[in-house]
Amino acid sequence: MTRWAMVADLRRCVGCQTCTAACKQTNDTPPGVQWRRVLDMEVGEYPEVKRAFVPVGCMHCDEPPCMHVCPSTATKKRADGIVTIDYDLCIGCAYCAVACPYQARYKSSDDALRPDVATKCTFCVERIDAGLAKGLKPGVDPEATPACVNSCIAQALHFGDVEDPASNVSELLAENQHFRMHEELGTGPRFYYLWDKAE
Amino acid sequence: MNWLQKHWDARAALNFMLGGAGAGLMIASALAWPAGAAPVLLALALVATGLGAVWLEIGKKLRALNVFINPFTSWMTRESFVALLLFSFGAAAMVKPQPFLPLAALAALAFVYCQGRILRASTGIPAWRAPQVVLLIISTGLAEGAGLALFFSTGPLLLSWFALALVLRAVAWTRYAKAAPSAALEAPGKALLQIGTVAALALAFAGAWYPAAAPLAGLLALAAGLWLKFALVTRAAFNQGFALPRLPVRGTR
Repeated sequence: MTRWAMVADLRRCVGCQTCTAACKQTNDTPPGVQWRRVLDMEVGEYPEVKRAFVPVGCMHCDEPPCMHVCPSTATKKRADGIVTIDYDLCIGCAYCAVACPYQARYKSSDDALRPDVATKCTFCVERIDAGLAKGLKPGVDPEATPACVNSCIAQALHFGDVEDPASNVSELLAENQHFRMHEELGTGPRFYYLWDKAE
Repeated sequence: MNWLQKHWDARAALNFMLGGAGAGLMIASALAWPAGAAPVLLALALVATGLGAVWLEIGKKLRALNVFINPFTSWMTRESFVALLLFSFGAAAMVKPQPFLPLAALAALAFVYCQGRILRASTGIPAWRAPQVVLLIISTGLAEGAGLALFFSTGPLLLSWFALALVLRAVAWTRYAKAAPSAALEAPGKALLQIGTVAALALAFAGAWYPAAAPLAGLLALAAGLWLKFALVTRAAFNQGFALPRLPVRGTR
């Protein structure tokens, strides 16, 4: 079974926001809406301060709180793990937005394509599906890969099938130590952060 | 990095404030004043106004009926179905109090329970996801509804129910505040205990001899509870933010 996931190498990310711009350009999101953001985080206190750039967005959770709370079933989860929103079903109540622990959801009246409904990162699902239909491999072939991953100047972002032990992301996870954001919540996010080589 | 949610504003807060008070009034009516149509009508009007306020907040108002699609996992859908029961039983109770008023009261209790679970299911917001929030929402509804009922009657049974509801609310608030402390709730929490509980209880006690004091007690209890819920929905709803359990190790080790 395929299970798409994103891997961000925190050692490589330089916070250039190219992924953010690529996402906005690809998905035509309005001002103020960033499906792919890069946080500039400072940790510690002077003089022991460290800085990290952290790409965030929808984590396409195994147990997405947004899906469970959605009263209209607009938010669904595909067999390959991608969490989707049916814009024609969504009532724009924003319950999903307040339920999401990752601040990944938006609702904007300025969104020309999706006004007043919930929106978020889709892992560029249209590119994945179209690419698969052409026999391409998401995460390897750019045409079938999310725009943010394609645009990353430092190769910090990777995309692939974590259920395939030979995939690019599975190899990265095997070769490096990693964590997921707020694992204690039990949401099972499918966005992995690499922070060091494997022991 | 913590982020105050702005998706649910005063309109959503009104649903919890008016819906809770209306549901509590329905329960108080069934317990202490089973023959009156006026409090039942007011209870239904409050719940309807709260739901109407939420309707004004949703992005696609003409699709509002889609709220009924997901009773399997969504407490918002369940609240909507329970609201239908509440309105049906409540309307019937105005014509035939027995057996419909007790049924309306049960539906009202289920309604405030759903409201508590709506907040509880908001995983990203620590002030809402605390399990203690469910009892807090139920007890505030009961107390505020009982306070409203004192405007219709000041009988001993109703005064006793009011006092019991206030104590329950104070206990629920204390448990909640311990589990999910929030600076935004400090002032309304203090007011809830001092004005909405102690002062209101004193006035309710005086109401046994001076009936005019009872509605004032109800007003204090109502105002304190409404302020707390308004702050809970609009001021204390911070997303937990992001955290890095590990920092990137750059260069050689």
